[in-house]
This record gives sequence, C-alpha cells and structure tokens, in this order.
Amino acid sequence: MSKSEKNPKVIIRWEECKGCGLCIEACPFDLLYPSEDFNSHGYHPTVYVGEGCTACGTCFYSCPEPGAISVYKIWDEWTEFAYCKNCGGEYKVFTRETHPGKQFCTNCQEEITE
Amino acid sequence: MSKTILRKPEAFYDAFTRKAGDDFLTTTYCPGCGHGILHKLVAEALEDFGVQKKTMFVSPVGCSVFAYYYMDVGNVQAAHGRAPAVATALKRSNPESVVISYQGDGDLAAIGGAEILNAANRGEGITVFFVNNAIYGMTGGQMAPTTLIGQPTMTTPLGRTLENEGYPIRMSEIIATLEAPVYVDRVMLGDIKSIRQARKAVRKALEIQIEKNGFSFIEVLSACPSNLKMTPVDAQKWVREVLADYFPLGVKKDISATFPGKSKERHLLPLSEIPTILDIKESKINKDIIQNFSGKDFHEEIKIAGFGGQGVLSLGIVLSEMGMRHDFEVSWIPSYGPEMRGGTANCSVHLSNKKIGSPVVDRPTVLVAMNLPSIDKFEKDVMEGGYIFYDSSLINKAPKRNDLHVIAIPATKIADELGTTKIANMVIVGAMIEKLKLMSQEIVIDSIGEVIKNKKLIGINKQAIYKGIEFIKNLK
Repeated sequence: MSKSEKNPKVIIRWEECKGCGLCIEACPFDLLYPSEDFNSHGYHPTVYVGEGCTACGTCFYSCPEPGAISVYKIWDEWTEFAYCKNCGGEYKVFTRETHPGKQFCTNCQEEITE
Repeated sequence: MSKTILRKPEAFYDAFTRKAGDDFLTTTYCPGCGHGILHKLVAEALEDFGVQKKTMFVSPVGCSVFAYYYMDVGNVQAAHGRAPAVATALKRSNPESVVISYQGDGDLAAIGGAEILNAANRGEGITVFFVNNAIYGMTGGQMAPTTLIGQPTMTTPLGRTLENEGYPIRMSEIIATLEAPVYVDRVMLGDIKSIRQARKAVRKALEIQIEKNGFSFIEVLSACPSNLKMTPVDAQKWVREVLADYFPLGVKKDISATFPGKSKERHLLPLSEIPTILDIKESKINKDIIQNFSGKDFHEEIKIAGFGGQGVLSLGIVLSEMGMRHDFEVSWIPSYGPEMRGGTANCSVHLSNKKIGSPVVDRPTVLVAMNLPSIDKFEKDVMEGGYIFYDSSLINKAPKRNDLHVIAIPATKIADELGTTKIANMVIVGAMIEKLKLMSQEIVIDSIGEVIKNKKLIGINKQAIYKGIEFIKNLK
C-alpha cells in the first residue's frame, strides 16, 4: 500500500471478499483476478493487478459485500483515514462485548494497540 | 456523481457485531447474492439524502430478515408478509420518518399478498423494495409465486407447470393498476448497467417518499446463486436473459411529476369529542389525591406469573387500569404461547411517570409469583432491592435471594375463606398497593367496579383487596 502513487485505485479487503467473481466479470478493463490463496473463510478473494484503475466504480456497485471494495479517485483522500498498525489497512473501530474496554480494527479484526 | 470515494456507506454498521459467530465484517448472504448489492444501493442513498437518523427499516421473513444486522437505522422485524402493515403503523405514528419495507418474493407475493396490495391501495408514504429471485431462498429453494414455468425447485422438481401451479405473478404490473401508487418500477441486478439503473430507481423511490410522502414500489430482479445452483456470474446471466424475459423491466407507473404530495397530517377525531362518542362519564377521581402519587419520580417493571386460570393476566390489567386512573404511563402485555395450556402464564406491566419505551419486562422490579415454577423461572431476574410477592399457600419453597424484599401472602387461603379461590389475585393487589404505596387505596377501592366485568362480584373483590391490605398491616 504505497501512498505515493497518485493514481486512482481500488482496495479489496482480503477477509471481506467472498470470491463470487462478480467484480471480476464486471471490470471493464479486466484489472481484477481471483487470488490463488484462500482467506480465512476459505474463499479466493479478488485481487487488483495494481495499475490501470480509473475509479469508475463498476466493481463497487457489482459487489454484494458492504465493505469489501473501496474505490479512491484522488489519493489525497487516503490521508483522511486512520491506518491500523497491525495490517496497514485503513480501519474503523469496533468493540466486542466479550472484551470490554478494548477496540478492534474492522479490517483485520485484531485489537488496536496505540 | 460527485463523490470521489466509493466505500462502505455510513448507513451500514462499521462492524456487524449483532451477528452470531466471530466474523463481524461480512454479511450472512451467500457469495453473489443480490441482497448485498441492493442493501448497498439503499444504504448509499440514505447516507446521501442525510436521512439515516430518521429511517425505519422493516425486515420481514426470508433471507432479508437479518437486515437489522447491517443497517444502522431503526429496525423492526415483521411477521411473515406483514411488513407493509408494520411500515404503515410506523409511518403513521411518525410521519417525518422514512420507512422502508424490504421484502422477498415469497414474503411479498405469497403470504403477504393482501398486505402489500392494501398498503399500496391506501397510498401509504412508504417505499417497498421487492427482491424477486423467483425462489424461496432462506428455506432452501421451494417454489415461489414468481417461479418461472418449467423452473425446477425443491417442491417442483420437474419444473413449475401451468396445470399444477399456474402462471408466475407479475407484482409490479398488479400494483401499477392501482390509483394510489406514485412510482412503480422494475429493475434488475443483472449487470453493471442494470445495477446503475436500479440505483437510480432506488434513489427516485426514496425521494418520492421524502419529498412527497407518496407510495413507491421497486421490484428488483435478483440472483440467488445457491438455490439456482449456478455460479454467481451464471446466475446474473440467468437473471438478465431468462428472468427479465418474463418480467419485463421498466417503469410501470410514474405520476411523480404531477403528484401533488400527500398530507402528513393525521385524520384523527379531536380528543375532546371521544368521551362524548363513547359515552364516557367524567371522572369523579379527586385530582389532589392523584397528584401525591403521579408527581413522584418512579418506574416499576412488574412481572406477574402463575398458572393459567389464577387471574394472572387480570391482575396485570387491574394494576394497569388503576395506574391509568392515577395518570401514570402504563403498559400491559401478556405472554402467550404453549404455556397457555395448563402450564404457567405470565404478563408484564409497566407503571411509570415517564413515557414507556417498550412493554417488555426483562428485569422486573416487582415479581408476583402465584406458583412454584414462576419462582424458579423469574427469581433470578428480579432487580436488586426489588420485591417478590408470592402465594405462600401454594408455594412451600421461599425465594433464596436475600437482596430482595420477599413478602409471603397466603392469598389463595385468604380467598378461600372469603368464598372463592378465584379472587386470590385481588388479595395480592391489596397487598401490593399497601406495601409499595404506589397508588391511593381509596381510588383503587372506588374504581375497582369499573374494571370488574361481572357486577355481582364487585363486592367480594373489594373484600379481597381489603384483606390483602389488612394482611400487610398486620405484618408490621
């Protein structure tokens, strides 16, 4: 995840993708492909080839998972979000009833340590 | 499109912590399910229109039942097919809210056929999203009213036939024949072009509700890869080529341009006229006495439990009726179920000087137990410092907890001595008003006659209440 690239880009979260392949089918530039590895749920998540994205949003709207795909048009907007030290991804915080007082990263589901 | 970032809409929870299990990031939907896409389109629209905070989502039975895991809006789950009726109630009681009824084909077209037609005919200011995937998804692929001719399902393994099951129902066309609906459209989630059209339809439908309080109905042809036994990509292709062939896409009715908007005012009788119409006489209750009780700051959650037939439910009714005569906020809700047949019955009563959010009682401050199973079942739930009233002539085992006020009353024995065991509940009413000092004894005794249906029994009921009061007085 390099922040220096100014190109539009698509982020696909490894653990949130169910590998249905609808985005791969829909991408007008064929920039997405299924990974060979499994995620922890046993799916082959979609992977972005790394360049060529125009931020058209086709994959975002064809994806049935609420948070699996994010599309960024302007790289400056990256800086608006916090990054998890564990996984390096942008995250939001959530809490678990079983672990009172602790915060977890929505991206990797690990505890957030500042 | 002005947005420069496309990301999980704010109208979704950040993490779906209500879900069972450990994975709070993904939905319960199968890979490639149309529900996820439509959820996203709706959530995005709610965020963009800035109405997330006043939106109510009604999810009925079917795969979409778990929408309340995901949508960070007000959620109500309705009985099978009844979502438009529930949505009607929500919209009418709070006309400023945005109410969405989100239903599948089995739910809307089969069991809920009457509700949707009548809600549409009344032109309720709600938005209905009708997800049509031509099959019952959650229950494992049975035939739905929208299943195509020849389509094999769990219950029609050789395919739906005209002779046995008849033609698939085109709901949008039916709704479009009604006068009241403002906007009826059929879209599909078949490819990116059609998804973008669906997005427009979703936004237009919500706009009609927000701006004009009109009824809008969006039928969404959607893929169910699991039950069609296809890959997600093939299932979308099937939606495009087969499903959309029988269910033609397009706007079925659109009068939004000329629709003047529906008034949000409620057509109710003026409160002042109701007593005249119902022939209710003016209350003789002394307002000064009431002030001593209703002016206090209190909130009692009362659970009353016992065998069916002991007057458990009517004890609750008497308490709440008397509460009303003291100008309290009250609620009463019985527990129905298999317990009705000879087992235990129970009801929940709230008495408060503030508005009551929910009639349910999870942690009672007062427990009235009229048989042993009720003590076993509810003793652990009572709030610390709460009260347990139990019928010691029927329960030989006292509650074990020592952080409560426990009052043993031989209610059934006292009632027997008065001549009928049926008024044991009134003995307990007497004990409760004396012990809890919630209500004026004078008012309860005076107005008990208005609550008891059989006028011959008013006298003996009054006696029972006196006995209960006396019993507590003699304890001291």
